[in-house]
Amino acid sequence: MQRYSLLSLARHALHDHRDWRRNFGGRPLKSAYDVVIVGGGGHGLATAYYLAKNHGINNVAVVEKSWLGGGNTARNTTMIRSDYLTKANAEYKEFALKLWENLSAELNFNVMFSQRGYIDLAHSDGQMENFTWRANTMRHRGIDAEILNVDQLARLLPEIDVSPATRYPIHGALYQSRGGTARHDAVAWGYARAAHDLGVDIFEHCGVDGFKIDGHRVTGVNTSQGHVSADTVVVSVAGHSSLLAAKAGIKLPLESFPVQAFISEPLKPVINTVINFNMGLAYINQTDKGELVMGGGLEPRNGYLPRGGFDRIEDVVSRIITIFPSLSRVRLMRTWAGIADIPMDGSPLLGESVVKNMLFNCGWGYAGFKATPAAGWTMAATVADGKPHPLAAPFSLSRFHDGYSHDEGGVGPTPSLH
Amino acid sequence: MLLIPCPWCGERHESEFTYGGDASPVAPVGEQEHKTSKWYAYVYERDNPAGLLHELWHHSFGCGRWIRLARDTRTNAFINDEESTP
Repeated sequence: MQRYSLLSLARHALHDHRDWRRNFGGRPLKSAYDVVIVGGGGHGLATAYYLAKNHGINNVAVVEKSWLGGGNTARNTTMIRSDYLTKANAEYKEFALKLWENLSAELNFNVMFSQRGYIDLAHSDGQMENFTWRANTMRHRGIDAEILNVDQLARLLPEIDVSPATRYPIHGALYQSRGGTARHDAVAWGYARAAHDLGVDIFEHCGVDGFKIDGHRVTGVNTSQGHVSADTVVVSVAGHSSLLAAKAGIKLPLESFPVQAFISEPLKPVINTVINFNMGLAYINQTDKGELVMGGGLEPRNGYLPRGGFDRIEDVVSRIITIFPSLSRVRLMRTWAGIADIPMDGSPLLGESVVKNMLFNCGWGYAGFKATPAAGWTMAATVADGKPHPLAAPFSLSRFHDGYSHDEGGVGPTPSLH
Repeated sequence: MLLIPCPWCGERHESEFTYGGDASPVAPVGEQEHKTSKWYAYVYERDNPAGLLHELWHHSFGCGRWIRLARDTRTNAFINDEESTP
């Protein structure tokens, strides 16, 4: 691999930067692989990377119907945190956060991970008690968490309106200082480059039409570039998981919903953390370029049209303005939506399916980006060891059969409420 | 934002409605045998189709009725078919 460093930058400068080599792609599709990964987003590429790096399995192909990282990897709001209450969710996200902390060095690719801190606002005594309970639970598990009172919050974030006159007065916040953001595209590119270097073949514009299944075992994948035999198939396609599962005769316990996000014109630095507003849902952070990235709840009905209504934008923006009145005249530049796969209990679905050797990594809903390194790590281990990685085991696809759902929100088997 | 064709009230704004989700799973009530797998399928498994979906809407801020409609999940177009509430 051509390593990126100050020295290599200087050396290429002598040649006017004309001799940088391509970072992935360019190898032909073979007729057989040990592992075929469907989906070239962050999760799929991370799975390929850790298969090669941790387990020495590099006869691996990643097939992506569009371009790398063009799905939900590109559409999320890039927030990273591990402030979860249930044990399985918290340990998984914390493992991811620890991998994030070393990811740029690991990949020799700047993923611009910025631990600017994550603030979860409480608007009532009840929420404060609930957040204190969650913070204590997190600390008990060795995860950093602090409870901020209103004065501490105002010192940390001078722009926020903490006056009692605001529509939903702020009572305090849960603060995770290690939380933050990362550059979403760089995550896909960094993993792709590192995986390619270890021998993984990556194919863009290579959609999957179906699977070859003998008995109850998957033996190959029919792609738009031809049939490929595979010992193991990992499906990592987020919102389109049900559609690929259907091609293998599998019904998944999830539904797909569009989620919108939107971005303002670029401003000078104004918001120095990631903030989550909790009377209704709205979240905001500022990119390194200066734009404010915002998002909120799901669109109110499931589907595959990656577009949303103005109601959601108005809803989110009106909540943001109650805490940041100074932003009321900022203009939005762009809006977009991604298709989130929301499972029946709101927690991901990882591992084996009813078709042997066909593994799924799906059901991430809102929470996929922050989990990217851990999802790759645990799926790779699950493939290599032939048994679920301990962190992924609680999220098995069969857990609903066994009565072990992970309902972080406690709302029951209704995806639209998670 | 959708305009939802309520059979009683005509086309109304989506914000008047509460989403009831996929209408196709039917509770296996009154089955002779206790079949866990049927209940599992009813509670958890979904087709989640990209295409025609029969779904329930509650016109909460309108006539207050539950209605069954067919929608194309790729385009959000409502399609009037024989399974929809007339």
